[in-house]
Amino acid sequence: MRITSGTVLVGGMALSNHLLLAAGVLGTTGSSLARILACGAGGVVTKSIGPYPCEGHPGPCVVETEGGLLNAMGLPNPSREFEGELQVLAGKPVILSIYGGNPDEFRTVASWFAGTAAAFELNLSCPHAAGYGAALGTDPDLVEACTQAVSSLGLPTWVKLTPNVTDITLCGKAAERGGASALVAINTVKAMRISTELKRPVLGNRVGGLSGKSIFPVAVRCVYELYESCRIPIIGCGGISSAGDVIEMMMAGASAVQIGTAVKDYPCIFRSIATDLYSSDGVPPDTIVGCAHG
Amino acid sequence: MGSLRIPLWGAPMDKGALQAVRITAITQETPTVRTFSFFPGFSFRPGQFVMVTIPGVDEIPMALSRSDTITVQRVGDATGALFQTRPGDLLGIRGPFGNGFPEQEGTLAIAGGVGAAPLRPLVMHGLVECLLIGARTADELLFLPELTQKTSVLVATDDGSSGVHGPVTGLLKEIPLSEYRQICVCGPEKMMQAVLQTLDAAGMAGKSYLSLHRYMKCGIGVCGSCCIDPDGRRVCRDGPVFSGDSLLHSELGKYTRDASGRRKTV
Repeated sequence: MRITSGTVLVGGMALSNHLLLAAGVLGTTGSSLARILACGAGGVVTKSIGPYPCEGHPGPCVVETEGGLLNAMGLPNPSREFEGELQVLAGKPVILSIYGGNPDEFRTVASWFAGTAAAFELNLSCPHAAGYGAALGTDPDLVEACTQAVSSLGLPTWVKLTPNVTDITLCGKAAERGGASALVAINTVKAMRISTELKRPVLGNRVGGLSGKSIFPVAVRCVYELYESCRIPIIGCGGISSAGDVIEMMMAGASAVQIGTAVKDYPCIFRSIATDLYSSDGVPPDTIVGCAHG
Repeated sequence: MGSLRIPLWGAPMDKGALQAVRITAITQETPTVRTFSFFPGFSFRPGQFVMVTIPGVDEIPMALSRSDTITVQRVGDATGALFQTRPGDLLGIRGPFGNGFPEQEGTLAIAGGVGAAPLRPLVMHGLVECLLIGARTADELLFLPELTQKTSVLVATDDGSSGVHGPVTGLLKEIPLSEYRQICVCGPEKMMQAVLQTLDAAGMAGKSYLSLHRYMKCGIGVCGSCCIDPDGRRVCRDGPVFSGDSLLHSELGKYTRDASGRRKTV
């Protein structure tokens, strides 16, 4: 199955296609983000930026697993100095990912970038940073408060959700109440590998988040559940690596998708997926979004 | 890059996983540099690197100086912890990663300090016709006896204690650059920048290959911490070896980024 191409209106953004770069992947520098846009991405989400510069966790920060990637970067970021990186991206579809330890910190970071970013994505879902990410994102009241703190600035505000909860729709509905423009589902799945030779967890942080093909079914399920419960658009994320994955995610309820781990081996995967996904005799995308429901 | 593959004995690594290796020997090469030998070794291409885990401390990128050795200068906490290890201790290894140097005969190699480590395999396999090697002092010249047996060597030291007094670029004036098929360079950032300027002035930037060092977290091209300006290429995956002409208008010699992504002047 193929879909027709055209401008994609989602979560307050107008994108050239359905395929965005996910947060945390090749998003540390402006030139890297520009490279991904030149590789055919419809939009890019930056590395999560926080209220203070952070060096992240000690290594190993990444290890490959069968069908996936396990990481615990620890939210490394240059904080406000990231403004300099965005200079080469003026006018481009750049979504700034934000993390903070409370609603005020989210708002502070967002206010620094209100003139340069096209939209915000709130990282309420990183599974391996104490006091940040999923530490807030598993509490619907905090999700609502953080979302409200940023959405009140008037720019499109997306909220990225964690799958590491019993019911992801509670957090989705909380973001919706807080004024979110879209939901992004999902962040990584909390996970661990142990080196049997070293007799210790592989990652420096011990616990990390799993991404890549192995979490795609989890992501589809989460998007499906959110589509049943929420009215705002959903951006599917988690293990997408082919046009078939994009179609499946759209049928679950996604209006667009983000691609992360699959970019590792081929930064121009956006262009190759688009070639497979779009056709002038395809079906209109709107007719398949959520069509697996009912 | 490069068509000739150097055959090296060793088990191919499962590149993605973390493999434990046991330190078999530690050799003091210079006052500040040690070589750590480990078992098992594995196949690699000259110029490739591995991510080395010092258990419980950190993980750092290190060039391979042989199929079963890394050669390390003590510069920070992680390398300091590595210097505390003993033969018999375990390290974690991921890799080898990156592209490596093109493997061609008729190579001119230019090494500065511990930058001789990734160039050593090219020399030992007979691909280097001439090696220019520089260091701060005579006793910091790395691998000099064995390299001298394999190729013609010209030496420069900052303090004049051996060879030409001054930076290694001073040796370039004496070299008929156009007679070499390629020029492979590894050393401190400022040295590489100076070498590239000299090579460019001689019209040789397009035949030169420089091995860059940048802060890395993942080593496999996904995190973005080692991307260079202005084109966003990843040192860990698209490099670490880049052609000189592609670096002429880059951040080389100007700035790098630290672990947080903030720019630091070189």
